[in-house]
Amino acid sequence: MNTDLHVILNLFATSSRLQKKRAYLTIAAIAWGTVAILLLLAFGEGLKLQLDKNRRSTGENLAVMWPSETTKPWKGMPPGRPIRLRIDDVDFIRERMPELKAVHGELQAGRTALTYGRKTVNGRILGVNYVFGDDRKHYPQAGGRFLSVEDEVQRRRVIFLGDEMAKDIFGDEKPVGKTLLVNNAPYTVIGVMQKKTQMGVYGGPDGNHAVIPITTFLAQFGRDRLNVMVIQTEQPQQMKAALAKVNELFGAKYRYDPTDDRALATWDMVKSAKTTGNITIGIQLFLGIVGALTLLIGGVGVANIMYAVVKERTREIGVKMALGAKQRWIIAPFVLEALLYTFIGGALGIIIATLLVSLTSFIPIENNRVLSFLGRPTLSPEIGIATSLILGLIGLAAGYFPARRAASVDPASTLRYE
Amino acid sequence: MTDTTNKLIIRMQEIRKVYDTGKIKVEALKGINLEIEKGEMVAIVGPSGSGKSTLMNLVGCLDTPTSGIYEIGGQAVAGVTRDELADIRNRRVGFVFQAFNLLPHITALENVELPMLFGAVRPAERRERASQLLDRVGLGDRLDHKPTELSGGQMQRVAIARALAMEPDIVLADEPTGNLDSSAGGDIMSIFTDLWQQGRTIVIITHDPALSRRASRVVEIHDGRITSDQATNEAA
Repeated sequence: MNTDLHVILNLFATSSRLQKKRAYLTIAAIAWGTVAILLLLAFGEGLKLQLDKNRRSTGENLAVMWPSETTKPWKGMPPGRPIRLRIDDVDFIRERMPELKAVHGELQAGRTALTYGRKTVNGRILGVNYVFGDDRKHYPQAGGRFLSVEDEVQRRRVIFLGDEMAKDIFGDEKPVGKTLLVNNAPYTVIGVMQKKTQMGVYGGPDGNHAVIPITTFLAQFGRDRLNVMVIQTEQPQQMKAALAKVNELFGAKYRYDPTDDRALATWDMVKSAKTTGNITIGIQLFLGIVGALTLLIGGVGVANIMYAVVKERTREIGVKMALGAKQRWIIAPFVLEALLYTFIGGALGIIIATLLVSLTSFIPIENNRVLSFLGRPTLSPEIGIATSLILGLIGLAAGYFPARRAASVDPASTLRYE
Repeated sequence: MTDTTNKLIIRMQEIRKVYDTGKIKVEALKGINLEIEKGEMVAIVGPSGSGKSTLMNLVGCLDTPTSGIYEIGGQAVAGVTRDELADIRNRRVGFVFQAFNLLPHITALENVELPMLFGAVRPAERRERASQLLDRVGLGDRLDHKPTELSGGQMQRVAIARALAMEPDIVLADEPTGNLDSSAGGDIMSIFTDLWQQGRTIVIITHDPALSRRASRVVEIHDGRITSDQATNEAA
């Protein structure tokens, strides 16, 4: 084996060299293909990360349940009976399902007048439990806070504003500490939500609503039917069982078939996250294939050059064969040469793509509507490994097939005359 | 027969070679019987199309016969793989071609080293043996010249040095003076004569009567058959 390597390296070193221009063009083609595949994959990766971040910004491992109607008959009762949850159902579930990370209820009042000074805005008001802040990611901007236990227990008239709504009402003024009127009742603004981009919303984007304690809501609006109940599990894989148990508990309480999963309309965000995940994988795969095809064209270029080289060196190959070169000694230097061009082109492409990708980090995305959804192109080790593998395979193929032709040269016919 | 077997370098028995192009079959050799002993200098002559190139390819193991028995140095050339055939060429046959067939981009020394690279000779020994051989053909001062910097006669001398590199059983020369002027050709012929006198076995395929006259034996081939095989007077 050592002699093999010695012979092959020696032959590789003493093979006649490609014309420089040809070599440069080939290398440029591979570099171009590498840049294309890396940028496409980086774009896909950035999209995936951003979608993931946006999806999480609504909250993680959540399921939302709305009041609805039964769809199956149960114990002599026909389908179509309305099922309405009440505020105390939040505690009902909390007590019986301690394994849940959080449960909260929401009361909603759409198109409510919010007045500050002479300006009135119609908006959506949510009455929520204090845990809502954490599990629905309503994080306050600096200088403010979210609702607390005390606010809820003492039915305080405090209000937490979505960032868009705060801008609508207050403009450039600082809202925290100011008093505004909700249906003519005064509320103190305690915080404004940090800006976020959401993938999935129910009711409307979080930035466009305002939040008050559920107890205060009950006192002012006099409604105790929940518009929405939200449960949160510790782990995504617990969601399916948790939803089944919720239906079992409510099924017994409100007398409906526990397998009737439409008695309460349910949005299982874990399930839809999986779908989104599959879509992003699909997008990445597609981008990867497009990139790989571009790179393949570069590979075809290398193979083309190698075929030409084999033709040019037919006599050289014949001479080496006559002098006793074994087939693998003929093949290997060609493969090595193709790999060398691929490697140099690939390395160049990786450097260029890395530079381009790091340049994009100078583009601000916070206030850009398009980029805040698309994200920023990102290179990952996986992308590097995948690209290197594809490059290696293309290099091998681009060298191997021409080399096989070289090995099939008939020495007798190449050596006779000029 | 048994006592001469050791001296036999080439033994061909009823060798046939048929080229099958799919549509037509061409029988290039129609039963060749040829034995060459160690130390002979044999010229194979014949008009073009007579099959002497085919014969040379078979003797040099560049190709294998369709039928018949061929042994070189006691080793049968039948049913061997391409790589084994390459190995036989490497160890037993030294080629000298009409078109020299040196690799143009490497030096004379590296050209002579090439068969030894394939024969797994150690680098230091390769270098030493190659420079000795070039010295012997009168090119001791041209080791680092590339073929393009050498005259035709010099190139053919490099080729002869290369042919001798692996100490082969036979030196097989195909029209070695065909591309040279008469003075350079004369030099090359003298080198072959010297080699023969040193005990080498040499087979030359040639049109050139001046070259065949120097051989100890002339084999004439016509239409795929040997028509005459005789020792020459000069051979003594």
